[in-house]
Amino acid sequence: MAKPAITVEQVSKEYRLGQGVGFEGQVTQRVDAMIRAPFRRLLGRGPEQVAGEKFWALRDVSFEVAEGEVFGLIGANGAGKSTLLKLLARITMPTEGRITLRGQVGSLLEVGTGFHPELTGRENIFLNGSILGMSRREIASRYDEIVEFSGVEQFIETPVKRYSSGMFVRLAFSVAAHLEPAILLLDEVLSVGDAEFQRKCLAKMDTIAHNEGRTIVFVSHGLPSVKTLCDRVAVIEGGHLVAAGPTDAMVADYMQRVEPVPHGEVADISPNERLGTGEARVTQVSLVDDADQAVEEILFGQPFTVVAEVEVRESVAAAVFEVGVSSEVFGRVMTADHTDGGGEDVFLRAGDRMTVRARIDSTLLPAEFVVDVGILDSNGVTIDYVERVISFSVKNVAADGSRDTYRWEHVAGHVRPDSRWEIGERAGLVRGEQEVLP
Amino acid sequence: MPATEVAATDATLENPPTVVVEPRSGWHFPSLGELWRYRDLVYFLGRRDIVIRYKQAAVGAFWAVLQPLLLAGLFAVFLGVIAKVASAPGVPYPLLAVTGLVLWVPFAKAIEFGTMSTVSYENLITKIYVPRVAVPITALASPVLDMLIGVGIAIVIAGGYGYFPSFRLLVIPLVVGLAMLIALGLALWSSALNVKYRDFALGIPTLTMVGLFVTPITYPLDLVEQSINEKFQFLYSLNPMVGVIEAFRWALLGSPLPDIQVLLMPVLCSVVLVITGAFYYERAQQSFADVI
Repeated sequence: MAKPAITVEQVSKEYRLGQGVGFEGQVTQRVDAMIRAPFRRLLGRGPEQVAGEKFWALRDVSFEVAEGEVFGLIGANGAGKSTLLKLLARITMPTEGRITLRGQVGSLLEVGTGFHPELTGRENIFLNGSILGMSRREIASRYDEIVEFSGVEQFIETPVKRYSSGMFVRLAFSVAAHLEPAILLLDEVLSVGDAEFQRKCLAKMDTIAHNEGRTIVFVSHGLPSVKTLCDRVAVIEGGHLVAAGPTDAMVADYMQRVEPVPHGEVADISPNERLGTGEARVTQVSLVDDADQAVEEILFGQPFTVVAEVEVRESVAAAVFEVGVSSEVFGRVMTADHTDGGGEDVFLRAGDRMTVRARIDSTLLPAEFVVDVGILDSNGVTIDYVERVISFSVKNVAADGSRDTYRWEHVAGHVRPDSRWEIGERAGLVRGEQEVLP
Repeated sequence: MPATEVAATDATLENPPTVVVEPRSGWHFPSLGELWRYRDLVYFLGRRDIVIRYKQAAVGAFWAVLQPLLLAGLFAVFLGVIAKVASAPGVPYPLLAVTGLVLWVPFAKAIEFGTMSTVSYENLITKIYVPRVAVPITALASPVLDMLIGVGIAIVIAGGYGYFPSFRLLVIPLVVGLAMLIALGLALWSSALNVKYRDFALGIPTLTMVGLFVTPITYPLDLVEQSINEKFQFLYSLNPMVGVIEAFRWALLGSPLPDIQVLLMPVLCSVVLVITGAFYYERAQQSFADVI
């Protein structure tokens, strides 16, 4: 009987908030308390609590991952998935418990760790490869493959500071994708690069997982990618592992447990666990109707506006704002960006605060939806991306008071497109045109 | 305190390397086997440091020798000519300054770069697993190169003054090695402490500046022996760089060797600093990612 590739036994991770981090922190705190103790006694108070505020990021987590399995970790932001991945990657140490990893471990929590802008593409491949744990010989033997996969052959002797951010990300991912550890740990780094490259990455991940028989632990916020890639999934909630099992069952379970996305109104966004390069950040998202009133329900056929407050930290030469509407289970339903119809990319100036309003006039079928907002650079690299910030429901009541609603009880699909129909006798097709407009 | 342990290293299918990650308390020495497996990382990171320092610089590595030479020139004019500080017997003052500074400047840089290394390689520490002890070690790469170039220049300049190379030059690798081991030992301590207390990165340049004056760099060691009382002379001889620099002058210029305890000081210091530093660093690195 083969031993599991990863065994996690009763692992807990405690963080001390504020000052008292690490053992030097304890020392200073103890010294501090020692100095104060006599005075406290004089004042008739009890001994001081030395330990700072403690916080269990993970508590008593146990699971096993079989060899060759693709194991997903899902959970809300701050649930502890990333901490767990950092423990598996040995970046930080557990406070209690034990993790056994059988096989060489490669981790990919970020693409391009150690890349230096002054070095050429070639130099960065070797540097990054060695950081990821490859030997010089291994990198050399895969060098051609890496360069080919990245698609930046022409610029391989150019310093990467002259690369577009898209090229940079492609090269960085290519190095990582050619790592060959027995156990691969992945954070959701797949959400980088342009759409075509993302597809290429997903396909590569699938090959690594299912054809090369390697064990993968995958942390994701997006259920759709978990459903495509993972064999088994663990649900993490508030630092506890609440369920583990086959993907479909767990995704369904997670949908039950998941904290409902705030309905309508205004959502302030905490800057934790964000994707993207961070030159600009979305700080608030709200949903309003045409009268500029915050809404959480819209009627069938009613236009709505997504309002995003954006804070620019560093200037961006050309940026694109994007709004997505998603179904929790089925993924993205529709996507719009501000250049739809031929608009120009915008310049973002450091220090500016901006309000971005996207009025969406498209008939959604009655269901629950969530809103995602993104800021991309002109190459499609994510600057900021907030998912599921706000939710709303579409009611099966026509916005214009007519009877034009969705006519069946069960809703299939998510969008009613503009459509034009011609229905008539087969011969000669009499003019029986009907126009359906939202 | 937690830590990792590598139980097996040969990666056959029946016997894959098994890594156990669990809390571990006490003091441990960093795994040298693991450091050896990551030797290519040390090589590429060290190379990166050297390459990026001189990329897009017109005269490149020339800057590595310019600083000690310029300082030597300044001291030669202001101390040697104007203040008339005596040189070592039979050694022209400029040569005294050059032989001191080509070692001291890279030594000071090694401590400074080493101290800053953990914080400047933050993403290496928080985003991926590498043997952390490699970080301050790689920071030595570019100062080591500077020191070697500087030593080469000093040999040429000494030749210009009529001091021709002799078999004594064979101790130079030992001199450079000791200087760098002392720097590494200090950097292991200070880089680990700097993760939590950034005071170290701020304070070290001040300390190296003090070091420039309490080491016989711009004046001969005799001057100390002549002008301060024995108690202070003893304190002075605790500075391990005294022995390093005097040994270098002996190798290059044939100056008399100092007392044996002065020569043994750098050996003792390098061993003690590297070993205690490595233990401390290994213990502290377990919480680097949480603290940095």
